[in-house]
Amino acid sequence: MTRVDIFLLEAVINGILLGGVLALLALGLNLIFGVIDVVWICYAELVMCGMYMLFWLHVFFGWPILLACLAAIVGVAGLGALLHLLVISPILGSAPINQLLATGGMLFFLQSLATLLFGTDFRNIGLRLPVIELGDIFISYSRLLAFGTALIGAIALYLFLSRTYLGIAMRAIAQDREIMGLMGVDQRRIYLTTSAVGGALAGLAACLLVLQYDVHPFIGLSFGPITFMICVLGGLGNMIGGFVAAFIMSQIIAIGGYYFSIEISYVLAFVFFIVLMFLRPQGLLAR
Amino acid sequence: MLEVSGLSKRFGHFPAVNQVSFNLRQGEILGLIGPNGSGKSTTFNLIAGAMRPSAGSIRFEGAEISGLPAHKVCHIGLARTFQIPRPFRRLSLVENVALAAHFGSSESIAESEARRRAENALETVGFSSMKVSTEGLGAAALKKLELARALATQPRLLLADESLGGLDHAEMEHAAAMLETIRTRLGITIIWVEHIMGLLMRVVDRVIVLDHGEKIFEGLPEAAAKDARVTEVYLGHART
Repeated sequence: MTRVDIFLLEAVINGILLGGVLALLALGLNLIFGVIDVVWICYAELVMCGMYMLFWLHVFFGWPILLACLAAIVGVAGLGALLHLLVISPILGSAPINQLLATGGMLFFLQSLATLLFGTDFRNIGLRLPVIELGDIFISYSRLLAFGTALIGAIALYLFLSRTYLGIAMRAIAQDREIMGLMGVDQRRIYLTTSAVGGALAGLAACLLVLQYDVHPFIGLSFGPITFMICVLGGLGNMIGGFVAAFIMSQIIAIGGYYFSIEISYVLAFVFFIVLMFLRPQGLLAR
Repeated sequence: MLEVSGLSKRFGHFPAVNQVSFNLRQGEILGLIGPNGSGKSTTFNLIAGAMRPSAGSIRFEGAEISGLPAHKVCHIGLARTFQIPRPFRRLSLVENVALAAHFGSSESIAESEARRRAENALETVGFSSMKVSTEGLGAAALKKLELARALATQPRLLLADESLGGLDHAEMEHAAAMLETIRTRLGITIIWVEHIMGLLMRVVDRVIVLDHGEKIFEGLPEAAAKDARVTEVYLGHART
């Protein structure tokens, strides 16, 4: 294998590893949209909140990392539920544009609140994980860990949605909202649970991303637009579509980064997205 | 069992249901008929909690239920079927019914118990196999599924909306017999909205006729057939 082949293979592997975390974020956003029918533009800002929670609990208060992770997941799940109660629930029947404005407003609110509370400093959790060497290929352990955990998170979500009646009710309510109430299902409870589960997924993503990225108030912008694009590309609300699209986009970013630069790779990803929207506006796997 | 008094629903200035009152006795099958747009489905929606009434009262077993959300109405023992079956196509047959059993019950039940109730309900309506996909179900099977979902919530009052629509003659006979069986074997009181008059008149104990949202007749089926206003308003429409 030539050096070029090895570097390309390394880029592909890194793309797959990045795809895992992006898929997890896309699952969370798709779950919320599929069930509640509201796009949380501020979804990546929940990840930012989770990263800050983890940072303060671990670095400032000295909590063990795993306990801090657990607290961040529970904390962001609670934040998701709170966001639903305070912002989403009152506008459920409103026009989609009003819902977009409200969740978009939350994006700026959370960013500004984080800036006010913590400043614009970049903070690092200070955890150095080793790099795995496979022949001439170097794989970051933190990325591998993030990928594995994201995959476990996605499988856990699949089992929850397919094996528990609460999860089945979430899938069902996405198909027919009106009839669920007449079958005795309290829609408000399902929506609240969905928001908490979506928040927990953002919390889990925060735990995985904090190993690789510094925390700052605008870190959500690094993942928010790409997550939204992945969801639209896969077919908004389609979880399998989002999962597949996450790996397509992450490969474009990784291979584009290898051949050109990381900035150009994001341009390529956006161009691919725009072209696909012309060819298949309903998304790759829309039903 | 059910006391409806002065029930009204307005959509803007249009009165969909206007001052409708009637009582329902335990164990009765009451037919609710009328031409299209007469307010039958709206009345069902008001009783089932899918809509809030503009005025009036609905008392079920002595308790006021008007304005309660649909899931609470379901929990206190009312279930409804739909004129056009609305199965969850991405769920299995048993999952479709088990959801109703699990969430529609007034008490909290285990998932295993919900599944058992779902299988019982599916057997009651005549499904011999539980491993059927909802994708390939025909009109009769979909109506059965609709009924099974309602029965799985263990209701005391069933609101059956056009259970015969889209069925052939043999299937209609079977569906009508099924409603009688549900009443006699399970002791469930039924309000039945239907357009197929012959079968309905044979099965129901009493009939209420609505026209333009107002009750124009209440009494025995034979009397309805002879009533001049019913003949003019309802049967007259049917013949045109």
